[in-house]
Amino acid sequence: MTRTASLCTASAAGILALTVVGLVVGDFPVPAREAIATAIWDRGSEFDFVINTLRFPRVTVAVLAGICLAVSGALFQSLIHNPLVSPDIIGIDTGAAAFAVAILAMGLDNQWLPYAAFAGAVGTAGLIFVLSWRRGFSGGRLVLVGIGVNALLTAVITYMLVRFPIERVSAAARWQAGTLSSSSWGDARTLAIGLAVLLPAAFLLIRRLRVMQLGDDMAIALGVGLEPSRLAVITVGCGLAAVVVAVVGPLGFVALLVPHVARALAGTLSGGVLLLTALLGAVMLLSADLVAQRLFAPTVLPAGVVTAAMGGPHLLFVLRRFNRAA
Amino acid sequence: MPPDRVPSPTLKAEQLFADYGGPPVVKNLTAAIPTGEITAIVGANASGKSTLLRALARLLRPTEGAVYLDGADICRLPTRSVAARLGLLPQSPRVPDGVLVEDLVRRGRYPHQRIFHQWSKTDDQAVLQALELTGLVEMRKRPVDELSGGQRQRAWIAMALAQDAPMMLLDEPTTFLDIAHQVEMLDLLARLNQTENRTVVMVLHDLNQACRYASHIIALADGRIEAAGPPVEVVTAELIERVFGLRVSVVSCPVTGTPLCIPYRHNY
Amino acid sequence: MQAGRSAWRRHAVSLPLAGVLLCCVGLLSLRYGVLHIDIVTVWDAIWNYDRSDQGQVVVRELRMPRTIIGMLAGAGFAVAGALTQGVTRNPLGAPGILGTNAGAAFAVVTAIYSAGITTPAGYVWFAFAGALGATVLVYLVASAGPGGPTPVKLALAGAVISALLGSWTAALLLLDLETLDQARFWLAGSISGRGTEEVELLLPVIAVALVVALSMGRQVNALSLGEEVATGLGQHTALVRATAGLCVVALAGSAVAMAGPVAFVGLAVPHIVRSVVGADYRWIILYSALLGPCMLLGADVVGRLIVSPTELQVGIVSAAVGAPFLIYLVRGTKLAQL
Repeated sequence: MTRTASLCTASAAGILALTVVGLVVGDFPVPAREAIATAIWDRGSEFDFVINTLRFPRVTVAVLAGICLAVSGALFQSLIHNPLVSPDIIGIDTGAAAFAVAILAMGLDNQWLPYAAFAGAVGTAGLIFVLSWRRGFSGGRLVLVGIGVNALLTAVITYMLVRFPIERVSAAARWQAGTLSSSSWGDARTLAIGLAVLLPAAFLLIRRLRVMQLGDDMAIALGVGLEPSRLAVITVGCGLAAVVVAVVGPLGFVALLVPHVARALAGTLSGGVLLLTALLGAVMLLSADLVAQRLFAPTVLPAGVVTAAMGGPHLLFVLRRFNRAA
Repeated sequence: MPPDRVPSPTLKAEQLFADYGGPPVVKNLTAAIPTGEITAIVGANASGKSTLLRALARLLRPTEGAVYLDGADICRLPTRSVAARLGLLPQSPRVPDGVLVEDLVRRGRYPHQRIFHQWSKTDDQAVLQALELTGLVEMRKRPVDELSGGQRQRAWIAMALAQDAPMMLLDEPTTFLDIAHQVEMLDLLARLNQTENRTVVMVLHDLNQACRYASHIIALADGRIEAAGPPVEVVTAELIERVFGLRVSVVSCPVTGTPLCIPYRHNY
Repeated sequence: MQAGRSAWRRHAVSLPLAGVLLCCVGLLSLRYGVLHIDIVTVWDAIWNYDRSDQGQVVVRELRMPRTIIGMLAGAGFAVAGALTQGVTRNPLGAPGILGTNAGAAFAVVTAIYSAGITTPAGYVWFAFAGALGATVLVYLVASAGPGGPTPVKLALAGAVISALLGSWTAALLLLDLETLDQARFWLAGSISGRGTEEVELLLPVIAVALVVALSMGRQVNALSLGEEVATGLGQHTALVRATAGLCVVALAGSAVAMAGPVAFVGLAVPHIVRSVVGADYRWIILYSALLGPCMLLGADVVGRLIVSPTELQVGIVSAAVGAPFLIYLVRGTKLAQL
């Protein structure tokens, strides 16, 4: 078995183990055997509500969202040749947040929230795309325009946070921190549909991306149509990020970090490495969510806070690699 | 030779103008690349050598005129079908972090792959053959960024070889190499030309190397062709003075019989 | 020196122009606000102060300190941003990436949460200490390992520390509603209701750091060509980088202490200046010191007028105005290679 394959196997095993832990632990502990039985076949179990309504959907959402984010980050980083780029840095999350915070702060019906967030994310991506198009694309311009748009939307959010009553602002702030605590099977389904469409697309784009990593000239020489390919990569990357932010809220750092970890473990981009990236994304978000639930129990922290806190040490790890390279 | 190799294409530029968003760098240039030969493009700095090569490789869209590949405007052809006929090695390609030699060479197979036809025996063969021709079989598992300058250049050539295009364009393939590696590189290209009948077009700085390895020379000055033809016929002291503004004495090389330019000192 | 003299001639017009612009924005800031005050009263308040005139008192006691704070904070952010971009050779360099904003926010939110401090004047020292502590931490982390604090390591370490502090700040805000209620106004970035005494104490810090920064243009020019070139030009790069780092900490720390985390001025002003005066850091730093205050104070004036009789925080307005401008610049020029 190759190194990448064994790493993937290990990550998959890690996902399974963490899933079981996620079903077992909580304010109301469920024995592992019963937890698994209830989740898979035993519908009549006394734990049915805890497992199948609360914990299993939540764990599933963590896995799916982790995959989406990690793959999205990998696509962006290979496209822009910059290890510090991720969809949240160029404002996709902020776009979603602006719309979501508007709904929450104005006290509108919460059922529109995911749609508004998704519209915000996609709209922002489109805006960044249009604004940075000028006789073709440049990664640098895309990032700078993204940062500008990000700042603008942040100003809008800040305005709403200052303007509206504190109770609503508090709900908005909580949403912005990104939380998995109210995840339902409906959320999982939305994520699964998104993944079913976008993940195969991401894998199909890998070969192009591998060539595009050699620089624009080389990519043209090898017969890659640059602009359509870039458009495709950005569409898929933004799509993945948008689905997550719509369902779960902004979760920082997964998209930024997991691709680094995968690269450090298994080397430059390939289908296998992308698979590993996806699996590691699930591992990271699952464990972040577990920590968020149990660290200050019974107070539950938003998972986004924990991913950021966990991201720190990971990024230090990346830093060490830079040290060795320097 | 893999069976599906397309016969060497014809490549020519007609009344070509090209620029980088400023004044024209290549002006009204018409040239044909002889099939199955080695062509060297020479000229002073800023004479338009690289610009011409970039236009020939469709990296640069001409402002007027066109480049024709097998009689069709190269900018209108599907880029992948061009890539199957025309390989290119740019001056400074980007090395992705930590990429291995073999992984790099495999990426050259891109134009031969289709969505549902991902990786075949032919691909493996082409990669192995490219590694063998460049003497990199032993180093296939080494990261490219840990190789020496000469080895790295060979890895890029191997990648271009794996592309398996009957015509190859190279932009200054000998830059950053010491004299031994320069000769090694040019010998490799000559061998590819002779044994596999590949057409080679390259920008070269060293006139004497150009005379020695190329069978066809295109000398540029100020974006125009000053002379084109076999080195023995076109390389004269008078041409060099016009192209480079340098006084030389042209003698016949004692080893190969090709022209050899020996510059005078300016205060001579 | 021929080149130097012609550069001076070129700036003989634009430099006074920037100065005049700054004065105009300063006057606007004294003139406009919730209370309508005409320009004559403003003039009298400055030159013949009459304590019995209510308008003059407002100008003198409220708007003048606010204007001065806006100018100081604007210059602080902008010059800190220019130095950061030059030294880290990163077009996205802004004091924020070195952790100043996250550190200040962390300290202020912690102070509100645990010590119950609720006035902008009370925040100043916490913010300054937080910014200072975070930046020093970033520098230490980036210095660890071989090679010392290279630009990439600085940026990465800044991102790490900011994220860690940010997650802690976010957690506190979510745990306690009252803290969120207090902190949200400070976090938006504002220069209203600041205490004058604290500012008087920060003034010398800013002044010294500004003078040092203005004298460092030549060194930053060399450093912006890269470590090796700078060393080749005979520069003690570690020393220059450390001095520049100290300036950035002093300037950005004071600015964020006075105005809160106004993120955009430090990023946008140096870019705008560079697109006008070119790549020479001697001029970039000087113009940043003049135009930073214009942007921050201008944003503040707009914020006072646009939703009158209430006010819009300066952090919001500066981003709302600066961001489109940055995008416009990004589209127009070959601004930055990433």
